[in-house]
Amino acid sequence: SEHTGRLHSHSPSWDFSSITDEDELSAVRYRPERLDHLEQKTNFSKKELQVLYRGFKNECPSGVVNEETFKSIYSQFFPHGDSSMYAHFLFEAFDTRNNGSVSFEDFVVSLSIILRGSITDKLNWAFNLYDLNKDGCITREEMTDIMHSIYDMMGKYTYPCIGDNAPMEHVDNFFQKMDKNNDGVVTIEEFLETCQRDESIMQSMHMFDSVI
Amino acid sequence: MAAGVAAWLPFARAAAIGWMPVANLPMPVAPAEKNKRQDEMIILNVSGRRFETWRNTLDRYPDTLLGSSEKEFFYNEDTKEYFFDRDPDVFRSVLNFYRTGKLHYPRYECISSYDEELAFFGIISEIIGDCCYEEYKDRKRENAERLMDDQEDNKDAKPPNMTFREAMWRAFENPHTSTMALVFYYVTGFFIAVSVITNVVETVPCGSSPNQKEVPCGERYTVAFFCMDTACVMIFTVEYLMRLFAAPSRYRFMRSVMSIIDVVAILPYYIGLVMTDNEDVSGAFVTLRVFRVFRIFKFSRHSQGLRILGYTLKSCASELGFLLFSLTMAIIIFATVMFYAEKGSSSSKFTSIPASFWYTIVTMTTLGYGDMVPKTIAGKIFGSICSLSGVLVIALPVPVIVSNFSRIYHQNQRTDKRRAQKKARLARIRIAKQGTSNAFLDSKKNGLFNEALEFTSPEEEQHLRKTTSLLENQHHHLLHCLEKTTNHEFVDEQYYQQSYLEAGLQTYPSRSPSLSSRDGATGTCCTRRSKNRHAPLQNASGPPHMEPLTHQRGLQELSTIHILPLSTSRSSLNEPASLNCRITTAIISIPTPPETTPEGDAHLPTGPAHQNVVKVSAL
Repeated sequence: SEHTGRLHSHSPSWDFSSITDEDELSAVRYRPERLDHLEQKTNFSKKELQVLYRGFKNECPSGVVNEETFKSIYSQFFPHGDSSMYAHFLFEAFDTRNNGSVSFEDFVVSLSIILRGSITDKLNWAFNLYDLNKDGCITREEMTDIMHSIYDMMGKYTYPCIGDNAPMEHVDNFFQKMDKNNDGVVTIEEFLETCQRDESIMQSMHMFDSVI
Repeated sequence: MAAGVAAWLPFARAAAIGWMPVANLPMPVAPAEKNKRQDEMIILNVSGRRFETWRNTLDRYPDTLLGSSEKEFFYNEDTKEYFFDRDPDVFRSVLNFYRTGKLHYPRYECISSYDEELAFFGIISEIIGDCCYEEYKDRKRENAERLMDDQEDNKDAKPPNMTFREAMWRAFENPHTSTMALVFYYVTGFFIAVSVITNVVETVPCGSSPNQKEVPCGERYTVAFFCMDTACVMIFTVEYLMRLFAAPSRYRFMRSVMSIIDVVAILPYYIGLVMTDNEDVSGAFVTLRVFRVFRIFKFSRHSQGLRILGYTLKSCASELGFLLFSLTMAIIIFATVMFYAEKGSSSSKFTSIPASFWYTIVTMTTLGYGDMVPKTIAGKIFGSICSLSGVLVIALPVPVIVSNFSRIYHQNQRTDKRRAQKKARLARIRIAKQGTSNAFLDSKKNGLFNEALEFTSPEEEQHLRKTTSLLENQHHHLLHCLEKTTNHEFVDEQYYQQSYLEAGLQTYPSRSPSLSSRDGATGTCCTRRSKNRHAPLQNASGPPHMEPLTHQRGLQELSTIHILPLSTSRSSLNEPASLNCRITTAIISIPTPPETTPEGDAHLPTGPAHQNVVKVSAL
């Protein structure tokens, strides 16, 4: 691979006293892979990659997204509530290499799965998102966290009011649907099987295919 | 939602896939991607400089000109680009706003031109980024103040119908507005000077009388000085009473500083008048004379610099206060120290702490009279420390006061300069306007030329075709239409005034416009036509004007406008060639039957050119 430059996780600091000369030197300069390589790796066309990269680079001139920026970008779309938790989970899902930052490759590879991948890939990706500790199964706690984060994005002013138990009920609902052998966890196979049998889920998975 | 992250919306939507499996309800239908265009480049040609950007970039802000369909008005089909006839430098900032989501204000740019560009492109100025917002607001405020100043200057224009009292007050406050006020201004100034000099000279010993004692002039020429004093005080009293009468708010006037100075200046005299008899208070009377020196402050009405100084001191009150306070502290400290240091030495002048104050002050201000000097070593050490610190303490607040004065003074200079420039500017604008209206008057002939083209001989066509632009022609046509609508005509000032005179001299009926086809007076004073029949020479006496030529000869709808010579001298008429006529010959295009070539016209240039119309350009 032709990664040039060192990947350096650099979180923006708003504290003036910590802006030193050293900060300037260690600014990240990261360049992604070549366009044709990325084209092969993903299911996007050259033009689509170009559009994606332009947007990416505009917002993250340094070439990588760290979690703070990721959260701030995502929160712009959900001004009502608090999307930081969900953004965190998303970040974890995008950060396939687990190094605290999302490069353009990670970004585009994940997007390719979500938007251009097969239904199985998409479902796998979703499962990966829910499985916080990446151990292959979704526990009740993990799902609860996910659910809470989703409901947090709604904010306070909703109709009807979001009760305290709403996330829990939703989790119960989910487990009821997915957990076939009632062992308290949802494995990937259970997940795939249930989803593939559910018409509405199947349909909704394709909804955003033409987004790019 | 910021524009920059608009590019991330597809990502956010894609990430929504994470909700799908856990959703209980079916999802709503996604909005149709209306013929999703591939992102294309668009070219923005701003006064020749080409900017290229993606269409998506501009679409980020749909409520601006570039982001909405408004830009289609500027689309040029031939070159397939959007052309804007605006400043390309400012456009850079505008376009950068779309690209980065932040609007910056370039410091070198003029604030009003920048505002205009923003307004044109439909961008509100509130979104200027924090980095530039302060500068922008400062400049805008400065500009607004300047505009307000200009407007205030307009109030200088004399409002009509002022009462005598108001007029007098205005004369007092602004001496330059009328000659009377100016005279009064100088007279009072002169008398103030006289009064001050008198006071000074009064005390000079002048010559010795036979008894060897030298007496001051005041006692030698008592009567003379008394008369001068009386005269001055009389003037001052009259002035004060007049001001009091004219003041719009007498109470406020009496409380103002200047009036108090006035009162204090003249009061001693009157008190002296009253009290000369009483021996006891004559001593007090003498002291009162000291107050006569306040007359010198009356000069502050005459000197702007003095006023500025006073205003500066007032505005620097806090700095002055600080100076005073720190000085007092230092004086007390050093006086105490010096007193105790010198206590031991014999015959020391430092008898008490208050006595040491004098030494400390003199030393700290680096005066050093030398009447009190420390003798002990400790005293000398502390004395030197005292003088060193004095330099510092005094040097600190002084620059602040100086800079304040400088700022206020320059502000005043600028206001005066602006006022002076404004007069010149307005004069120039008036001349330009005059030029335009005269051009219209001239081109009225031109217009006729164009109408009468078929009647002119070809070579004259060249003459006729003045180099008036299409714009001018259209403008003039518009004014012409207005004339026709209202049945009145445009004339220049001179003619208008003269027409009043003429109205008396001539028996013509009042100016009735244009195409009156009456034989006699065509209504206007300059009825060339009619006069042609009687006394062509009379034409010369006509004031310059424009008159539609009444076609008496079957010239349908040909209104000739001839402009008579400005000067009513006949001689000028006699030499039409020498007149500054620009387009004279052409109008004559009207073929008039021979009979209209009156005998009287003999003195006029013959030929079709100068038949019925004597036209000379007014300019």
